[in-house]
Amino acid sequence: MQKCDSIIEIKHVSKYFGEKAVLDDVNMCISKGEFVTILGPSGRGKTTLLRLIAGFQSATSGEITIAGRDITQTPPHKRPVNTVFQKYALFPHLNVFDNIAFGLKLKKLPSSLIEQKMKHALKMVGMTGYEYRDVDSLSGGQQQRVAIARAIVNEPEVLLLDEPLAALDLKMRKDMQMELKEMHRSLGITFVYVTHDQEEALTLSDTIVVMSEGKIQQISTPIDIYNEPVNSFVADFIGESNILNGMMIKDREVSFAGHCFECVDTGFGEMSPVDVVIRPEDIILFDPNENAPLTGQVASCVFKGVHYEMAIVNNGGYEFLVQNYHSYEVGSQVGMMIKPTEIHVMKKERMYNTLEGKLIDATHVEFLGTQFACSEVTGIEPGAEVWVEVDFHNVILEDNEEDGDLTGEVTFILYKGNHYHLTVWTDWDENIFVDTHDVWDDGDRVGITIPAEYIRVIKK
Amino acid sequence: MMKKIFAQAYLWLLLALLYAPILIIMIFSFTESKVLGNWTGFSTKLYTSLFAGEVQCSLISAIWNTFAIATIAASVSTILGSIAAIGIYNLKVRARQVMLFSNAIPMVNADIITGVSLFLLFVSLGVSQGFTTVVLAHITFCTPYVVLSIMPRLQRMNRNIYEAALDLGATPFQALRKVILPEIRPGMISGFILAFTLSIDDFAITIFTIGNEGLETLSTFIYADARKGGLTPELRPLSTIIFVTVLLLLVIINRCAEKAAKK
Repeated sequence: MQKCDSIIEIKHVSKYFGEKAVLDDVNMCISKGEFVTILGPSGRGKTTLLRLIAGFQSATSGEITIAGRDITQTPPHKRPVNTVFQKYALFPHLNVFDNIAFGLKLKKLPSSLIEQKMKHALKMVGMTGYEYRDVDSLSGGQQQRVAIARAIVNEPEVLLLDEPLAALDLKMRKDMQMELKEMHRSLGITFVYVTHDQEEALTLSDTIVVMSEGKIQQISTPIDIYNEPVNSFVADFIGESNILNGMMIKDREVSFAGHCFECVDTGFGEMSPVDVVIRPEDIILFDPNENAPLTGQVASCVFKGVHYEMAIVNNGGYEFLVQNYHSYEVGSQVGMMIKPTEIHVMKKERMYNTLEGKLIDATHVEFLGTQFACSEVTGIEPGAEVWVEVDFHNVILEDNEEDGDLTGEVTFILYKGNHYHLTVWTDWDENIFVDTHDVWDDGDRVGITIPAEYIRVIKK
Repeated sequence: MMKKIFAQAYLWLLLALLYAPILIIMIFSFTESKVLGNWTGFSTKLYTSLFAGEVQCSLISAIWNTFAIATIAASVSTILGSIAAIGIYNLKVRARQVMLFSNAIPMVNADIITGVSLFLLFVSLGVSQGFTTVVLAHITFCTPYVVLSIMPRLQRMNRNIYEAALDLGATPFQALRKVILPEIRPGMISGFILAFTLSIDDFAITIFTIGNEGLETLSTFIYADARKGGLTPELRPLSTIIFVTVLLLLVIINRCAEKAAKK
């Protein structure tokens, strides 16, 4: 971790609510003056991280330093940070002036100075002349401007923003994005911004931190996050993408969708399974000819304003999402080409489910809190701790929870061209990954069964 | 047309029946007659004698006691109730429901039961009964009402404003005083007024906790007076004044609630 000019350092921070880890060993470092965005799906730990920095909650373990000082145990009113809340959180009994002056009055500054600072802050957010208005009489956008003024008037070293634009309409949100960027430039202080809107993150940030399941998935610049996502979650979450299972034949050669492609990636080894990401705008369409690496049939075509968005199914049954300025008729054959530089190869996080378990007897094994029948195991003592491996496509999901050996909830769905890769959070509080052709929805409750012959038991 | 007249008449009849007893007291407070129901011409003598202290000094001291008890009980239960409400608000959902439920029980419990149980409590603790025990009893039954009138204000409040105050450099106590308190103040005021009127009004609980040291409140005085045969005539103007005062307080509470609802 770089020491250089970082203003916030988060070291091994974990936060548990009861048994559930909301943050799991988070490490990051925020440089002075940076605009950092913490991006992730709702309710996956990013607001908690911000609240730990602000001091409204305390970490279960780990250390947070601001400007070199350990503030892990410092109460919020003694931290050099100020927060802009999602629902503004203005004081309803005070007018605009008194809301903004709240922090300055606590510091017992002379009233002439307060007035001067308050005027300056109001000017920054473009609200001059609103000093004596009742905050309830302001629109959402105006209230959020007052909330920002109330925070920046204290000249904090770090400004924390918790989805500040989430409650505004689209037009207002776009305007405010530009203003925030401008404000960040002129104030020169560090902004830590939380959002679930990937476009907002790409627009505003110097650095994006992608979070999911309480873990940091990737920390990078917007351009790198978009072009070089580290895993399929990031690729799927940032922008639209085609994510396919592939096989790295050797350096600079990868096969997917039934064809071999030239690529620029190296160092994955020979014949190793990988995930391949292709952005929809990077697939070049043309009228089919013999030289086309891929051909397919247009399944749907939707006009999106600037471009057309098409679903194209190739001969092998893989579906590609393609964006193009020209439309091709539904049902027509097209050739597809992808430049080597636009094929992005990612290491697979896992090839199959690996779970901790215990062998009961020669034909029974216990894992995920449930006893499963398995093919006869030899060479392992009953009662021994073992690893259990199950391939993704051998896990069967049932509509009725009662039909399964155990139950869980679908938490993440990834379309991989010809099948879905699901993440199912079991009621034993562990993930199990499933490949399926069936369509499930996020949040579906499912029963899970695993046939005995597909359970591999391995000595620990 | 006939239907409308009939409906109107029915309404007025009901209102007349409801308010007749009070109206009679009010009308007969403006005459000198010793016996209620005997009109001997308009006079404000009963009012002047009430204020000039020509009545028994025990009535005057009963009035004083009543208002002293009501003021202390309402003030203390407003403070206790506010603290309790903030505490309950910060509990987790499950614990909050349990607390609100246990807060509701004393309100639906029959006064007579509350009175008897407080009486038994004081006796078993060996506390001599008098002014203090009445005040304690009144605080006990008023506090839940204060909690109930403050909870809606807290529930409507943006949860983040307390944190916003801390964030801007306020200590937890300053945040409470400068942000939470102004937010719940209307609830505290209506809670105080409610507690005050409940305390003035109470008879069942008072009679069990007042002891036999000769302490009287208005309700116990009137009760004893009525049992002696015939009401002291000055009670008529007094009842009128109390009724009008309570009515005014009720109007104020409703106005406060309306204003709060508009916000």
